[in-house]
Amino acid sequence: MRGVNAALGAAGLAGFLALGEAVPRLGLVEEDYFPPTSRIADALGTEITDPAFWTALGDTLTGWALGLAIAVGAGIVIGVVLSVVPYLREATASTIEFLRPIPSVALIPLAVLLYGTELRSVLLLVVYASFWQVLIQVLYGVRDVDPVAEETARSYGLGTWARIRHVLWPTALPYVMTGVRLAAAVALILAITAELVIGAPGLGARIAVAQTSQAVPEMYALIVVAGLLGLLINVGARSVERRALAWHQSVRGEVTV
Amino acid sequence: MLDVRGLKKVYEGSGRRIEAVRDLTFTVGAGELVCLVGPSGCGKTTLLKCVGGLLAPTAGEVSLSGRKVDGPPPGMAFVFQEYGRSLFPWMRVGDNVELPLRQKDLSRARRRELVGDALASVGLADAAGAYPWQLSGGMQQRVAIARALAYEPEVLLMDEPFAAVDAQTRADLEDLVRRLWRERGITILFVTHDIDEAVYLGERVIVLSASPTVVREQLRVDLPAERDQVHTRVAPRFAELRTRVYEQIQAAKRGAATPAKADMPPSG
Ligand SMILES: Nc1ncnc2c1ncn2[C@@H]1O[C@H](COP(=O)(O)OP(=O)(O)OP(=O)(O)O)[C@@H](O)[C@H]1O
Ligand SMILES: [Mg+2]
Repeated sequence: MRGVNAALGAAGLAGFLALGEAVPRLGLVEEDYFPPTSRIADALGTEITDPAFWTALGDTLTGWALGLAIAVGAGIVIGVVLSVVPYLREATASTIEFLRPIPSVALIPLAVLLYGTELRSVLLLVVYASFWQVLIQVLYGVRDVDPVAEETARSYGLGTWARIRHVLWPTALPYVMTGVRLAAAVALILAITAELVIGAPGLGARIAVAQTSQAVPEMYALIVVAGLLGLLINVGARSVERRALAWHQSVRGEVTV
Repeated sequence: MLDVRGLKKVYEGSGRRIEAVRDLTFTVGAGELVCLVGPSGCGKTTLLKCVGGLLAPTAGEVSLSGRKVDGPPPGMAFVFQEYGRSLFPWMRVGDNVELPLRQKDLSRARRRELVGDALASVGLADAAGAYPWQLSGGMQQRVAIARALAYEPEVLLMDEPFAAVDAQTRADLEDLVRRLWRERGITILFVTHDIDEAVYLGERVIVLSASPTVVREQLRVDLPAERDQVHTRVAPRFAELRTRVYEQIQAAKRGAATPAKADMPPSG
């Protein structure tokens, strides 16, 4: 079944690429704006031999990884503190509901004012967008703690810290993992958006340069790279999730049978 | 040792007000094994949680060795009715049993030893590496009991611990509790709804009334300390005691205020 699905997927992709080759060649669309697949592949080949491309990729990944790390760390710590300290959750709920829907891109002007085109500009946007993904999941996860498990821990004299570590954290972990996976995707979007709009160095800025210099195939090649990056990040996040939650998946399996 | 005086617990919240326990007073001596029986919903779990310092009583107080209980006291272990949820599914059986020991000042080797002994005494020596959800319900309950034993408590609170295991396992576990109690001299407060179990296990049986709950009767079980499933359960004295407890429970369910007399003349 798996093999068949993989074969179907590969066939679909091949078909899509062939269509991308044929449609511009047949003159159905303007070739200048929609270059055929082979020319994009050529451009991609040239890109990956250019050291500047790798520097740009490195810049994007730096902004992404650093921003994601800060967001995940802050989201987890703040989420746990909000849940553990009595009344803090209730006191902050409305503020969170107000801040969370603000689109990160709306903060672009602020980022420019504060940091110009530095990495910190990118970080501001990436952190703001991904932080909420993690925080909300942590808050949900913590609420899932089984009262019996919590009482067991208390009855054996586990202190606050031990209960966080051995009960609250493992319970919240599946939610945290989901949060991290969502945050990783959002962080990439924001990193590239910031580079594209603000001109901070990275893949986004390179796409903007390709666009203004009419290097259309190069522009597409960079877009493909950004897409592949997103794909890799998602696959990576899922495999980390599976590994960390081996026990949890099995519990679920047992319950649903 | 364990003193419960005038204990009252009222649950309040979401518009409902439930008086789970009205007025309970009893004591459990050091090294005694006392069984609590009462109809379902009469507040046995509530009582046990108050004794274990997990719930604050609305009125009255619980004291352990003269000290007031206002949080889980050290040296007390609790075996929960919902044993499945009481084990941590993210930890292997061995780690589940070991976790409470990490709060104590013990060497690694000593912890290992306690975990090994406790699991062996419930017949699960080779299950240390399994996850709780890989075990049957009865095995999970034995792990929960092993966890309590490894903790080496002075006081052990057990809330209907054998309700979900088959008759054979149940008999084995009952004998295990009796054996451990005699070997280690722990004080045990054992909640059950099974009258035979209460009489078989206990040195004393406390019968609770239906909600609102008070102590209905306390019965000394004057069976020999050496008990076994085959002979004790057919002894005439055993039958007398269980009949006595049975009558009390039936009366409690009917909500009679005073102990029922079997030979009351028919009215009218
Ligand atoms: N957390 C709670 N909030 C509100 N009411 C509760 C709560 N826990 C128990 N009660 C109520 O208190 C009463 C006694 O419950 P409890 O669980 O102590 O009974 P029990 O004797 O242990 O019953 P069983 O033999 O079925 O386990 C019940 O009426 C129950 O509805
Ligand atoms: Mg109960």
